[in-house]
Amino acid sequence: MIYADNAATTKLSRTALNAMLPFLEELYGNPSSLYAFGQKAKDAVELARENIARCMGCSPREIIFTSGGSEADNQAILSAAAIGRKRGKTHIISDTIEHHAVLHTLKKLEKEGFEVTYLPVDKNGLVRAADVAAAIKDSTCLVTIMYANNEIGTIEPIKEIGELCRKRGVLFHTDAVQAVGHLPINVENDNIDMLSASAHKFHGPKGTGFLYAKKGVALQNLIEGGAQERGKRAGTENVAGIVGMAASLSEAVENMESTSKKLTALRDRIIKGLSQISHSALNGDERMRLPSNVNFCFEGIEGESLLLLLDDKGICASSGSACTSGSLDPSHVLLSIGRVHDVAHGSLRLSIGEDITEEQADYIIKAVGEVVSHLRGFSPVWRDLISGKREFIL
Amino acid sequence: MALYSEKVMEHFRCPRNVGVIENADGIGEVGNAKCGDIMKMYLKIDNDIITDVKFETFGCGSAIASSSMATELIKGKPVSEALALTNKAVAEALDGLPEVKMHCSVLAEEAIKNAIEDYYAKRKEK
Ligand SMILES: Cc1ncc(COP(=O)(O)O)c(C=O)c1O
Ligand SMILES: [Zn+2]
Repeated sequence: MIYADNAATTKLSRTALNAMLPFLEELYGNPSSLYAFGQKAKDAVELARENIARCMGCSPREIIFTSGGSEADNQAILSAAAIGRKRGKTHIISDTIEHHAVLHTLKKLEKEGFEVTYLPVDKNGLVRAADVAAAIKDSTCLVTIMYANNEIGTIEPIKEIGELCRKRGVLFHTDAVQAVGHLPINVENDNIDMLSASAHKFHGPKGTGFLYAKKGVALQNLIEGGAQERGKRAGTENVAGIVGMAASLSEAVENMESTSKKLTALRDRIIKGLSQISHSALNGDERMRLPSNVNFCFEGIEGESLLLLLDDKGICASSGSACTSGSLDPSHVLLSIGRVHDVAHGSLRLSIGEDITEEQADYIIKAVGEVVSHLRGFSPVWRDLISGKREFIL
Repeated sequence: MALYSEKVMEHFRCPRNVGVIENADGIGEVGNAKCGDIMKMYLKIDNDIITDVKFETFGCGSAIASSSMATELIKGKPVSEALALTNKAVAEALDGLPEVKMHCSVLAEEAIKNAIEDYYAKRKEK
């Protein structure tokens, strides 16, 4: 099997697993208990916090552990909205290609009377910093723009956006779920006030993540109860998860340069190979792109059938097609970058991991080519395209 | 559990009756690129019997398997029987479809009805 869906989730690293095991077995104490056995668990949680803070360039007190990226996004946005509301500021700026964890939270705030500006992105999925600057008003309480997009891999100009938000005194949050552990991030240099991350995207365990909130940004609770996480997130800590997350992040950051170099080369090899397929197009920016991400549209075919046949060939991939999601609309990200419905249905996302070999990359290129031509072979849309009854879009 | 039954996968992997019929007696096309599934059915009809049927489909696994199964169910049958074919019968013949995928089998039923309508319309013209 070739696992090429690392944007969906990743394999737990051996280092993370080994770090976790003691806390799943003998060291099962509750970090809130005062005896030494409980304090051992507490020490592990705090050490994890320090390690994560070091990786992000912040202080440990600025890290709150959550159940994952979605929770961190919700808490960050709702906290900023609460701060804004107190000061009579109810305008938020975001963009059209955010993850649903952000978009649905913003929709909820809209129902509560907030005004949200969704900035358009360019044809490569890039948000323009100048658009953010132009959209800021006196009533703006938050700008939330993702670090890197989960579907098309586009990396946004975060540092620039952060800088202008700071100058204008507006809080800046970034959903960095796809970026943490993969791109060099320093919250101070990047001018970030709040950042969301999720362990299972960087070879940590599922169901654990963190929210970085700069000192002075008052967080609102999503979950009320005990005094864990300095009262900002109740519930007994997921000790093993937190320890595993810190171990996998430290490992990812340590190996980032070499992993990134290797992945970028193989990514570009696959992109070059798939570009040979006629009437296809790369989605996302060629340069400002996650090292793991390949995303293509192939005209005349539909994405789900493409995925099923790739699965038969031992390749795990993903698509923005509607029939994979159960709704009739294809991915909002592909529509936002200007892909029309016809073409957006025929998309393929490959997100490669560091285990991939050159042979496997070549096998992927070959397999995709075969499947695309098989499906085009009995597609009425393809027939209309090649007979000239319908015009090619790509 | 897998998304689809073995039967669906079998028809999806090796669809029966794919292709076109030149000079078909009836052609039906349904669906649109917006919803993500398009189906085209070609019928050869002789003495009210469907003597040959071919299809082309742009769509998901469920859409491809449904069209393949539908062609098998009507081949060699009288037109009246083909007209009575329901998407439920297609889905049942495939050992069931996931609830969210039932709409794709509706297209197969509609494509056949469309092709037969086209056949009647063409016959009237003659
Ligand atoms: C950009 C982005 N944000 C948020 C999430 C949600 O993260 P989690 O699954 O940890 O809740 C994901 C995961 O799919 C993501 O890719
Ligand atoms: Zn379908």
